[in-house]
Amino acid sequence: MTADRRPRGGLGAGAGLKPEHYRDILDGRPGVGWFEVHAENYMGTGNGAGGPPHFFLEQIRARYPLSVHGVGLSIGSAEGLAPGHLQRLAAVVDRYQPALVSEHLAWSTHAGVFLNDLLPLPYTEATLAVVVRHVDQVQSTLKRRILIENPSTYLRFAVEQMAETAFLCELARRSGCGLLLDVNNVFVSTANHDFDPTVYLADFPVEHIGEIHLAGHASIEVAGGESLLIDTHDRPVSDRVWALYQSLISRIGPYPTLIEWDSDVPTWARLSADVARAESLLSFEEGRHARAA
Amino acid sequence: MLARLEGGLADFQSGFAASLLSAEKVADRRFSVHRNNVKASLVAALAARFPVVSRLVGVEFFQAMALVFIERCPPRSPVLAAYGAGMGDFLDGFEPVADLPYLADVSRLEWGRRLAWHAADASTISIEALTAVEPDRLAGVRLDLHPAASVVASVWPVISIWTTNTGDEEARPIGPDWVGQSALITRPGLEVFVNALPPSAELLFRSLSAGVALGEAVARAEHIAGFETAAALSLLFRTGAVTSLAVE
Repeated sequence: MTADRRPRGGLGAGAGLKPEHYRDILDGRPGVGWFEVHAENYMGTGNGAGGPPHFFLEQIRARYPLSVHGVGLSIGSAEGLAPGHLQRLAAVVDRYQPALVSEHLAWSTHAGVFLNDLLPLPYTEATLAVVVRHVDQVQSTLKRRILIENPSTYLRFAVEQMAETAFLCELARRSGCGLLLDVNNVFVSTANHDFDPTVYLADFPVEHIGEIHLAGHASIEVAGGESLLIDTHDRPVSDRVWALYQSLISRIGPYPTLIEWDSDVPTWARLSADVARAESLLSFEEGRHARAA
Repeated sequence: MLARLEGGLADFQSGFAASLLSAEKVADRRFSVHRNNVKASLVAALAARFPVVSRLVGVEFFQAMALVFIERCPPRSPVLAAYGAGMGDFLDGFEPVADLPYLADVSRLEWGRRLAWHAADASTISIEALTAVEPDRLAGVRLDLHPAASVVASVWPVISIWTTNTGDEEARPIGPDWVGQSALITRPGLEVFVNALPPSAELLFRSLSAGVALGEAVARAEHIAGFETAAALSLLFRTGAVTSLAVE
């Protein structure tokens, strides 16, 4: 074992873990920094939480650092977190002791119904108060800091009182949480709202970043001929997102970076090529920042 | 001031959620992205959960039917592995599939396999653990069944229908002398097994899983024609349905 010289948590570049790749990873032991799982895929059902998902995850966890990424807490719901869900998340975190835990700036449960989408929030003082309270509740229960991810958005709301970057900055300041900066989401949202992604990234409170996500997106045409970008996670990271990422880490230094590919899952070789690309960019920045320091 | 605005967020979310689930056209084209996400992702989750039901009714029909299911039984938990529990009861009452009366039980078999896949792990014991018990104490033995073990009892040949629609490129027709089948679902290791359980053994399984002692459980099942104690117990142990036993 060589000493870990990474300045940012020692994680480097990682991959979203898919069941399709369990065997490739355990047989091939690829030199990937870490893996991230969606917490909800490891919460079992009414008869407990075991079987193949946990069999494989336990072996992978024994060999690699892990990040647990929640997609269902509904942190932005005025009526409270999804009922019973924080306890389920706590059980997964307790079982796997991940290096990182993250969730989304979104809501997904309303009146007891799970809507299975990361729904947008109006950026108001009132929303901020709700989100801060819920992040505090999560961090108190898990007894650790969590990261909150910037969303992909399609809608804006007339009532909004602040920009998303200002909202996230205040959220981090008031709750003590970190931020998960999804560069693909920045690209998607700013394209959809006719905003400059470099301005968004310049405004982003980078001092709170704990992790970066990269993923693929698609362009669709909605009725009326307008085109929209959607964060489909079903294809390679686009060149323009890579360019934003490269310029970002050249400014702020290396951070744990995840390649997400959640549908039309490719071969492990294809996915790991993107992870290797991120790793080489991170290594370069690490060397540069180490020399500068 | 804050309280009033928080009321505003709650109202906003109520309106947003109602529009997402409503079938009415929405003016905002961008809003429809979310509505499509919600519906398409839930339909996809159900199609992955019930591949044989989908094959039996056809993909297009299944998608339309899934939308009705989603409307009547929306998910109540962010854990999508738990979504679909009500499919059997839904299909029982879904008029457009009344000519496929076995469909509901096929969905229950698929659901049982899904539950078994995610159930808690437990090590299993072989029948030697039972044969080692002194004969005069056998009646008082209580068996603990595996969390993944369950039974789907059907008046239809549910295992034959499921098997041919899972494994065969072209489904084999079921012969004229078919009989109802009960499926014993187990997952002793990483693989889920489906075995045919004689009706009498099904009653034995239900008694044992309710904690009834072996002597009483056998006595209840013995009234059913064709019941063979040794064969029924052998099947339960062989398929990995038993995790431990206690001798009183």
